[in-house]
Amino acid sequence: MIETKGLKFAYPGYSEVLRGIDLTINDREFVAIMGENGAGKTTLVKTFNGLLMPTAGTVRVDGVDTRDSSVARLSRDVGLVFQNPDHQLFSETVREELAFSLRNFGYKEDTIERRVATILETLDLARYAESSPFVLSGGERKRVALAAVLVWNPKHIILDEPTIGQDYQQKDRLRNFIIQLNAQGKTVIIITHDVEFVAECKPRIILLSKGLVIGDRPAEDLLTDGQLLEKASLTRPQIGQLMHQLRDFGLPERAIDVYSAEQAILQALRRKR
Amino acid sequence: MSLKVFDGFKFAKLPTPIHMMDPRAKFIMTMGIFAAALLFTNIYALIVIFLVQLPIVYASKSWRKWAGSMRAGLLLAVLIFVMNFVFGSTFVFSAAMTLRFVSLMSAFSLFFMTTSPDDLGLALEQAHVPYTLSFTFTTAVRLVPTMALDAQTVIDAQRSRGLELDKGNFMKRIRNYIPILIPLIVSAIRRSIELAEALESRGFGASPNRQPLIVLRMKATDYIVIVLTAVMFALAVYVYLYVRLPTLDVPIRMPKIFPWF
Repeated sequence: MIETKGLKFAYPGYSEVLRGIDLTINDREFVAIMGENGAGKTTLVKTFNGLLMPTAGTVRVDGVDTRDSSVARLSRDVGLVFQNPDHQLFSETVREELAFSLRNFGYKEDTIERRVATILETLDLARYAESSPFVLSGGERKRVALAAVLVWNPKHIILDEPTIGQDYQQKDRLRNFIIQLNAQGKTVIIITHDVEFVAECKPRIILLSKGLVIGDRPAEDLLTDGQLLEKASLTRPQIGQLMHQLRDFGLPERAIDVYSAEQAILQALRRKR
Repeated sequence: MSLKVFDGFKFAKLPTPIHMMDPRAKFIMTMGIFAAALLFTNIYALIVIFLVQLPIVYASKSWRKWAGSMRAGLLLAVLIFVMNFVFGSTFVFSAAMTLRFVSLMSAFSLFFMTTSPDDLGLALEQAHVPYTLSFTFTTAVRLVPTMALDAQTVIDAQRSRGLELDKGNFMKRIRNYIPILIPLIVSAIRRSIELAEALESRGFGASPNRQPLIVLRMKATDYIVIVLTAVMFALAVYVYLYVRLPTLDVPIRMPKIFPWF
C-alpha cells in the first residue's frame, strides 16, 4: 500500500510542485495518474520510491515512512520505469542491461540468468538479447527499459508515460500486459496523457492539477465529467465523445471504450427492431 | 550528488552595472584578472588580485551564486593545496597556488554569471569569429543547465534500479559512475544530431552574410573599464618586473617522503 498524507514538495529555491496530497493506493490496484504538463505527476511518483523526500507530510510504502528507508531498499518493492529510456540504458547488450539491477540487489548469478531469460521471452525481446540497446528502435528501447525494471519483480510498478513512441499494436500489447501484471497481483500505476489508452484499460484515475488532486474516481466517471476534464486540459476519449453526442438517443455516456459502446449500440438497435 | 556546481556559471539577468557592461569590455576585464593571476606566484600579489574581484562581485549583486561556485570549487582547491604541499612545496607557495586557482575560478564564474549567452555570441560575431564557431560556443554554454537537468534524471533512473553511488571502495565508487556517464554522453550525442538536423532544415548557414539585428556598442563606461584594466595590468607587469615584493615565510614544509621530486 502506498499512502501519502499532506504531502508537499518543493525543489529548493522554487515554489511548491506538490501542495498537499492525500492519497491511498491499495495493493493490487490499477491507477492512472493524469493531469496537465507540470501538474506534478512525475514529482509525485518520485516520492514513492524515495528519490524525492517530502518537504512536508509523509509518504508510507507498505507502512514504512520513506524517510526511514533508502532508495535502494524502497526500489525493491517500488519499480519505477522512467519516461525516456535513453536516460538509463548504458550496457553493451540488452542481456547485461537487464542483469544490472539484479546485480545491484545482490542476486546470485544463476538466478540472474534465469530471470533475465524469462523477462526477455515475456516482453518479446529474446532476439535482441545480444544486441546493443542503442541500436534498437525507440519503441524497443522503451520495452528494454520496462523489462529492466520488471526483471526484479517489484510489488508495485510505476510506468511514466508508457505509451509514448509505441505503435498501435505495441500499445495493445502493452495494455494486455499491464492488465495481466495487475491480475497477477501487482499494483500498477501509470502516468499518462493518453485518454484513449486509459479509456480502454479503465483504471482508477487520479487527476492532478497544479500540485493538487482535483479528481479521484473510476475512469468511466472521470472521463465523462466534461467540466473536470477541461480543468485538467484533457478531452473525452473519441468513443466517449461520440456517446456524449448521441446521449439524446438514449445511449449511455459512460460507454467510453469500443467494447462497451458496441454492446450499448447493439442493445439500442435490438430495442428498435 | 549535487549539481550546484553549474549554478555559479548560469546567467541571470539583473539590472546591475556589471550585467549591463559590454561583453567585450567584460571579457577584457576577466582576461586581465586572469593574466595577472597567472603572472604572480607571490602570495601578497595573489591576495590583492583576489580582493580586487570582491567589489565587482558585490556590484553584480550575485554574492550567493558566487559563493556557491566557490564552495563547489573548494574540493579542487584543497586538492591543489595538498598536492603542492605533499610534493615538497612550502606552505606559503602551496597556499599561493590555491589562491591562484580560486582567483581564476572566481573571475570565470563572475564572467559567466553576468554575461548572457546571446551577448557572448554577438560579441564573438562582431569580433569576426565565423558564425558557425560562435554559434557552437553559445549553444554549448546554453546547454550546460539542460545537461545538468539530464544528469539528475539519469542519476534518479539508475538509483531506482538499485545503484548506490557512494557504496564500495574507491575504485568501485568510480565505476559506479559508468551507468551515469554513458546515458549522458549518448543522449548528448543524440541531442546534437537532432539539433544539427533541425538547424539545417531551418536553413542554417544558407546566407554567408548575416545581418545582426542588435549591434553591440561600447559605452563610455566600457571604455573606462578597458583602459582601467590595461592600466592595472601594466602596473601588475611593472610590479612583477621591477618591484621586490615582500615575501611571507612560514617555515612549514612537508618532510621529503618522495625524494625523487
